[in-house]
Amino acid sequence: MTEKTGITLTINGRDHAIRVEPRRTLADAIREDCGQTGTHIGCEHGICGACTVIVDGEPVRSCLMFAVQAAGKIIRTVEGLADGDRLHPMQEAFMQHHGLQCGFCTPGFLMLAVGVLEREPNISDDDLLDVLSSNLCRCTGYQNIVKAVRAAAAEMRGK
Amino acid sequence: MTAPAKFIGRSVPRLEDRPLLMGRGRFAADISFPSQLHMRVVRSGHAHGNILSIDTTAARALPGVHAVWTADDVADIPPIDFRLTRVEGLQPYRQRVLASGRVRYVGDPVAAIFAEDAYAAEDAADHVAVAVETLPAILRADDEPQEFLPGHSTEPAEVRKGYGDVDAAFRAAHSVVALELIIGRHSGVPMETRGAIARYDAGRDMLEMYGAAKVPHWNRDQIARLLGRAPSSVNLFECHVGGGFGVRGELYPEDVLVCAAALRFQRPVKWIEDRRENLIAANHSRQQIHRVRAAIDAEGRILAIDDEFFHDQGGYVRTHGATVPDLTAAMLPGPYRVPAYRARGHIRLTNKTPGGTYRAPGRFESTFVRERLLDAVAAKVGIDVVEVRRRNLITKSEMPFTRGLDTLGTDIVYDSGDYARLLDKALAAIGWDATQKKLHARRAAGEKVGIGLAMFVEKSGLGPFDGVHVKVEPSGTIELVTGAASVGQGVETVMAQICADTLGVHYTNVRVIHGQTDRIEKGFGAFASRVTVMTGEATRLAAVSLRAKALAAAAELMQTPVDALDIVDGEVVRTGGKAGPSMSLADLARTLTNSGGLAAEGRFEFNHMVYPYGVHVAVTRVDGDTGGVVVERFLVAYDIGRAVNPMLVEGQIAGGVVQGIGGTLYEEFLYDENGEPLCVSFADYLMPTAHETPRIEIILTEDAPSPLNPLGLKGAGEGGANAVGAAIAAAIDDALGQPGAVTQLPVSPQRLKAMLKSSS
Repeated sequence: MTEKTGITLTINGRDHAIRVEPRRTLADAIREDCGQTGTHIGCEHGICGACTVIVDGEPVRSCLMFAVQAAGKIIRTVEGLADGDRLHPMQEAFMQHHGLQCGFCTPGFLMLAVGVLEREPNISDDDLLDVLSSNLCRCTGYQNIVKAVRAAAAEMRGK
Repeated sequence: MTAPAKFIGRSVPRLEDRPLLMGRGRFAADISFPSQLHMRVVRSGHAHGNILSIDTTAARALPGVHAVWTADDVADIPPIDFRLTRVEGLQPYRQRVLASGRVRYVGDPVAAIFAEDAYAAEDAADHVAVAVETLPAILRADDEPQEFLPGHSTEPAEVRKGYGDVDAAFRAAHSVVALELIIGRHSGVPMETRGAIARYDAGRDMLEMYGAAKVPHWNRDQIARLLGRAPSSVNLFECHVGGGFGVRGELYPEDVLVCAAALRFQRPVKWIEDRRENLIAANHSRQQIHRVRAAIDAEGRILAIDDEFFHDQGGYVRTHGATVPDLTAAMLPGPYRVPAYRARGHIRLTNKTPGGTYRAPGRFESTFVRERLLDAVAAKVGIDVVEVRRRNLITKSEMPFTRGLDTLGTDIVYDSGDYARLLDKALAAIGWDATQKKLHARRAAGEKVGIGLAMFVEKSGLGPFDGVHVKVEPSGTIELVTGAASVGQGVETVMAQICADTLGVHYTNVRVIHGQTDRIEKGFGAFASRVTVMTGEATRLAAVSLRAKALAAAAELMQTPVDALDIVDGEVVRTGGKAGPSMSLADLARTLTNSGGLAAEGRFEFNHMVYPYGVHVAVTRVDGDTGGVVVERFLVAYDIGRAVNPMLVEGQIAGGVVQGIGGTLYEEFLYDENGEPLCVSFADYLMPTAHETPRIEIILTEDAPSPLNPLGLKGAGEGGANAVGAAIAAAIDDALGQPGAVTQLPVSPQRLKAMLKSSS
């Protein structure tokens, strides 16, 4: 369990050659071994979704995946959303609609919403609400998150 | 002679957002130092018992384990003291940083592992063998008092408050309404768990802790005291904080342990709580049982309220002392006249997680009690739930209204308010009569739908003072340093808005520093909805002073009378847009570099609180088959005095409402008969998701600015949560057609089905 294996994680287009125990979670590897601390750990039970990242195009809970399982896959985290200083439409919409307060759950919501909308740009409002119900936020009461994601969805479709 | 408001009152975007959106936030877990050790706390698996032995041999032998501590290793560290509401008799119940002799709840820290890696520390924790002689778990706060600790009862103290001749009022009453009401055990449960990283710099003999929140200065002073150091040799640093809600940032055993370890090992020590720990070791709140009676006249006017309640404190009395029961007793009368009042709150120790505050502490509870009582009075005398409130509301002409009670060291004087007017606005906004008709028709068609309302008075802006330093940097940036803290609510933006308008700059040009004990000597942090009021006014005063200094200096340099000058967008210009020479604040600051620079301080002292107020209205639908409740509509009308940033105020309210919905319908920390906690993950402590959340309608009014500060500010943090339990309870009653059916929160499906069964 404690013997380390060499793997390469590809995060936001950059390769990170790291050595990890087989039991190390992807979330810990992204944060501790690759230094990308924008991905947050809220429960380690796969419930809150704060650690959501996009792996090979699918939003996944990085606390429920081992780092070794993600070797060779394309990983995207919140750090890769903006284009330099230009915010992604989803980030911009969260700011405009006050979709964040403390900001801890925000990276997870951003990656969840972006991942789903890239795959399903014309998702219905009801289905979107279903998807967003898979992550927890304790500050906003959700309505501004929902507003922001709907606004960003329209913006992303318009591109 | 300040500039007209450009930013105060406007929903400008937050200064905080950009780094948080880009993954550049720095939360506690994001802070690391070279060669740091990781701490893991070994926690009691027993609710109550005597520690016979703790065998750490196996844990110590594991690779990567640096040390294992038990109570003997920290015997020199005194228990953690009270920050608020110190009451005689509570001292013996304080918590030491590691349990000594006895464990008092599942989760009680008994040992601490220090290891090279977090995984290794967690492995080692599993190898610590704690032998405990178990004792029966004490789990009910309303049992007869018994021995809790050798020589100490389960009831260390009572909170007593009141005024008027309650007994005479009951003797003279037309009738009496009596209820027993129960509020469940909830907590704030921020999305970020707790965390603390300490390091010791021997070169400067300076101990530092990162991950502080809420009250960094008080915690700095306490850590210094507990570890026998001068406060000036300890600094605390607030990073980004992932939610507070009363829970986060109080001084806990783990904060002290990492500091003590960093000193002893001369290495940085990092502790990040996991979610299971967070749910059993961070403060719980709310759990109370009330036996309340109202004496009323024939028209439903309240003559007196008499409340006896039992406050389930859990296994220790922590930093909040008697705050929650004190606020419960003090705020229970709410917006009503209540000529005579008596509250007797029993603080009771139980073998559960210790209690502290949670957003609207003592108000979520007492509003539920008071508003259930009002609904019962209405039913008793056969009047409408709106009418019973109208008959009892304190009127605008009675303001300021001296309540005859005190709390948190202040006399309760409602500073301003027009409660009836806000009620009218709330009823108009929800369309009370039309909605009732619609619901009536739906009930006739077989649906279980109903509407309920609740009113409340909030409190905010606790002193004793706040200080703010502002200075114009040579770059032209305005640096504002405050001893307040941010738990994610938008402090930086709000302070920048107040400073910007007062001084005459753009708010994005103000850099707000908070939660850093090395930057300002004193600070009272962020709690009790105090920051916008206290820090806001201190900011305004500092900016007024800075503006006067800038204008005086500019007048001399520009050879122009002071009253002919103004500051607009960071430039000193001629008043009224007249042409003439101008000078930027940056240039002025550079010119003054050798004479102390361009800087000022503001200090606001305040011995009272300010009292916002609100109305909550809920429309609910009950599913008779599942016992589930859907909140179809939720409306909050709230008088904020003056909203600096309405978008952020509405954000506070919406967030509070959803936490309130959690506590009303879903969230409860349950225990089995041995005191084993049953809710230790998010799979069994159920917080609302987007699905359970209705669209929250918010009516923000500014009818009653506070007369106690020039901007008229009142606090925004807690009015969203305050009356949710009360309003939804009333709506469920209405849906079931059973007045007074809801007597316990949360209204779980099981409880709701029991109500349906009892009526059929």
